[in-house]
Amino acid sequence: MVKDLEFLEKKASYCLGLAKKLGATESCVIVNNSVSETVNFRNKKLDESNRSDDLGINITTYIGKKKSSISSSNLLDDNLNILIEKCIETTKNTPEDEFNSLPDKDLLAKEVKDLNLYDDTHIENDQKIDYLKKLESAASNDKKIINTESSFTQNKSNFILANTEGFCDGYKTSSFTASSVTVAKDEKSMERDYEYSSKCFLEDLDDAEELGKQAADQTIRKLSPKKISSEKIAIIFDKRIAKGMLSTFASAISSSAISRGTSFLKEKVNQKIFPDTINVLDKPDILKGLGSRNFDSEGVKTETLKLVEKGILKHYLIDTYNGKKLKLKSNGRCGGTSNLYFENGNVSFKDLLNSKSKSLYITETIGHGSNIVTGDYSVGATGFLVENGEFKYPINEITIAGNFKDMFQNITLANDLEFKYATNSPTMMIEGMVVAGK
Amino acid sequence: MSDFFEKSDLSRSEAENIISDTLQKCDDGELYLENSKSESILLDDNKIKNSSYNSDLGFGFRAISDEVVAYSHSNEISKNSLKQSSENLKSTLKSIKGTYNHEIPKSNKKYYENINPIEQKSLNEKIKILNEVNNYLRSKDDSIKQVTANFLGEQKSVEIIRSGGETLTDVRPLIRFNVSVMLEKNGRKETGVYGVGGRQSYDSYLKDDKWKSVCDEALRIASVNLESKPAPAGEMKVVLGPGWPAILIHEAVGHGLEGDFNRKKTSAFHNLMGQKVASEGVTIVDDGTIDNRRGSLTIDDEGTPTEKTVLIENGILKNFMQDRLNARLMKTKSTGSGRRENYRHIVLPRMRNTMMLSGNQTQDEMIKAVDKGIFAVSFGGGQVDITSGKFVFNCTEAYEIVNGKIGSPIKGATLIGDGPSILKEVSMVGNDMMMDPGIGTCGKAGQGVPVGVAQPSILINKMTVGGTKL
Repeated sequence: MVKDLEFLEKKASYCLGLAKKLGATESCVIVNNSVSETVNFRNKKLDESNRSDDLGINITTYIGKKKSSISSSNLLDDNLNILIEKCIETTKNTPEDEFNSLPDKDLLAKEVKDLNLYDDTHIENDQKIDYLKKLESAASNDKKIINTESSFTQNKSNFILANTEGFCDGYKTSSFTASSVTVAKDEKSMERDYEYSSKCFLEDLDDAEELGKQAADQTIRKLSPKKISSEKIAIIFDKRIAKGMLSTFASAISSSAISRGTSFLKEKVNQKIFPDTINVLDKPDILKGLGSRNFDSEGVKTETLKLVEKGILKHYLIDTYNGKKLKLKSNGRCGGTSNLYFENGNVSFKDLLNSKSKSLYITETIGHGSNIVTGDYSVGATGFLVENGEFKYPINEITIAGNFKDMFQNITLANDLEFKYATNSPTMMIEGMVVAGK
Repeated sequence: MSDFFEKSDLSRSEAENIISDTLQKCDDGELYLENSKSESILLDDNKIKNSSYNSDLGFGFRAISDEVVAYSHSNEISKNSLKQSSENLKSTLKSIKGTYNHEIPKSNKKYYENINPIEQKSLNEKIKILNEVNNYLRSKDDSIKQVTANFLGEQKSVEIIRSGGETLTDVRPLIRFNVSVMLEKNGRKETGVYGVGGRQSYDSYLKDDKWKSVCDEALRIASVNLESKPAPAGEMKVVLGPGWPAILIHEAVGHGLEGDFNRKKTSAFHNLMGQKVASEGVTIVDDGTIDNRRGSLTIDDEGTPTEKTVLIENGILKNFMQDRLNARLMKTKSTGSGRRENYRHIVLPRMRNTMMLSGNQTQDEMIKAVDKGIFAVSFGGGQVDITSGKFVFNCTEAYEIVNGKIGSPIKGATLIGDGPSILKEVSMVGNDMMMDPGIGTCGKAGQGVPVGVAQPSILINKMTVGGTKL
């Protein structure tokens, strides 16, 4: 079972005490334990079982404005002694940086709300196997499906964050994740697709048969794809791809990219970067939310931020170090966003598909083609040609390209937002992008 | 070499007994122990931003029966913890009756020295070089607005204990030195990135001001990109430079030739063994035996000595890359390609240093043969869908070719192609094979492992370039 808070707290206070004794003026420690159990199926048979028990500790020590950190998976006291000694030694030898410090005391989280992030339910491997049997049987119904791989994971984690300003808090979280990857084949092609569900509570997990069927359907419809000609065309991004636009947006407004000057959104606060209809929220207190949290990885309280209001950028994502550099207060985003999402748009999914006589619906992109310095975007893509609201045929071996500065200004959102991941978007249309094909 | 049992209540002989007892009716399996020490020192924005040290210790216990793998890992090397893992494995593999395969090949060859690169250079010396890098670059060009430089050093000790007590060990050093530069001129920003590394001391890559050439290269790439114009969109001829562009080989055919995908018949290559998959003159090997290279290994993570595996010979598909599990199920032998990121992960067949060997044409001849196309010199990374065979890679330095001459630089773009057919479109193979600088990491199933690539210049008749200019 996952280790209790008492054990984690004892380790944390031992480290803070030792660091102080060895000369640290301030320090911060995070101790975590995570226990996962996974069962994998392949073609309706057990393929793999995997149990992991991970311990970790991360200690940051300060001597005045000097800072260094160590991390380890070995929590035995004699190992911690050696490491903390080494950390203090390294801190002494690292040059000063005026912006190094723990967070301002008044910004630290005071109360820890119960956000309903932990489900005590333990699901035995035999129950996982039952779920996967149902899933795979639904996934392999169609003869075109030639391979199914599916997986069920239960994860339970616990952590404590403590610093020398007296902050000491942590809580348990859980997740139950099921996924199905299917391969379909016809005379001309072989294609792969997937479906996935992850929840804090077991009872909320998608139905096994639904999940398997969804994966299979999404794979079969990709068979016998065509390549289209290069052209400028409206692109509709499936929700699972549209959320990636938000992730890029989040890295471009991170205080580290802003303070280093390496973001295409530098100095854009209070400027219009999206159309009027667009609002972006980062809401940390959603009950059972996959990105929910009470405080960030420095202990700073996290409150809801309306990052974009009517198309106007309102906030950066700020941590303590870069905040001090930018002369801004941390808004509790060290380690990134919580539950980040676009608010719903005004049109239905159907109306979005119908809004152009011809468009491309993208279900998968490959490659690392987002450049947050220049805003340039170019990735490989697969999807479907849409004509008059109907999916005509699958498409692959094309690329889509543009620049985020223009792309953001040309976004239209549907009203079909759901909270499936930590970062979520409704279906999204972007006009003016270039497809490269034949 | 680490003694994993030194501070444990578990003795080596007790561990051996638990291993043999757990694996007695299994086909294969082992206890994998790992102790790694790593450091990261980062200069950014004129300051030492980060100096951190990590020490990671743990074991992974694996039992295999037929196709089924049971795995359990933990950070605590103790009697209790290993017994709990053993119970986990046994509960997955009920009523089995296999015969443990004790056979494992042996070799005395070593491809790197037993050193700890972290200890070979003091923190102060490393910080001094990073500051010199920053000063050197910023004094070279006024338009430099940002310099990031970092050192990553690691020493990983592994021990594999098999049923019956047979033990195999390896100590693997690895370092990496990276420089990234951002230029700003007339309101436009561009970056250039370059790095070097391998399984030797920092000094092998840095001494005698060698670090300056890394800085110069990063600056050169950024300067070229500052002049770049929008990349074209559509199908055209592509000339790839030697060395790092071999990411193409890694993505287009490398992953598709890994044993697991072919056993499961989910690779676009699974039914092409012995068939022509590339133009004549194209030979591709995956080699774990090159001294001190980033992708080299003395033994793989199952204890098998690595080798040079011929994948494609003169256009014909010859071999897949295999770990023990997939080799057994496909009735062949392991090619020493069984790798894992660390003890938290199961073994998968993976690439080491994947190389296309030299032919006899020159890069000049290739450029001259192109009316309209692009010349790609440097890449950021790639990805492949092994089932459809479609792969991409992202240029970070490229030029247009117009009427047989290299023209203006073009903006970074993604190139997309089809793995099983792309190598048949190779119409010229250069005489200038080069290894990459030693910074590659390959990702598969959530596991990153260090790899290398190499190739000569090649001319590809047709590829789709993902630019914005129609």
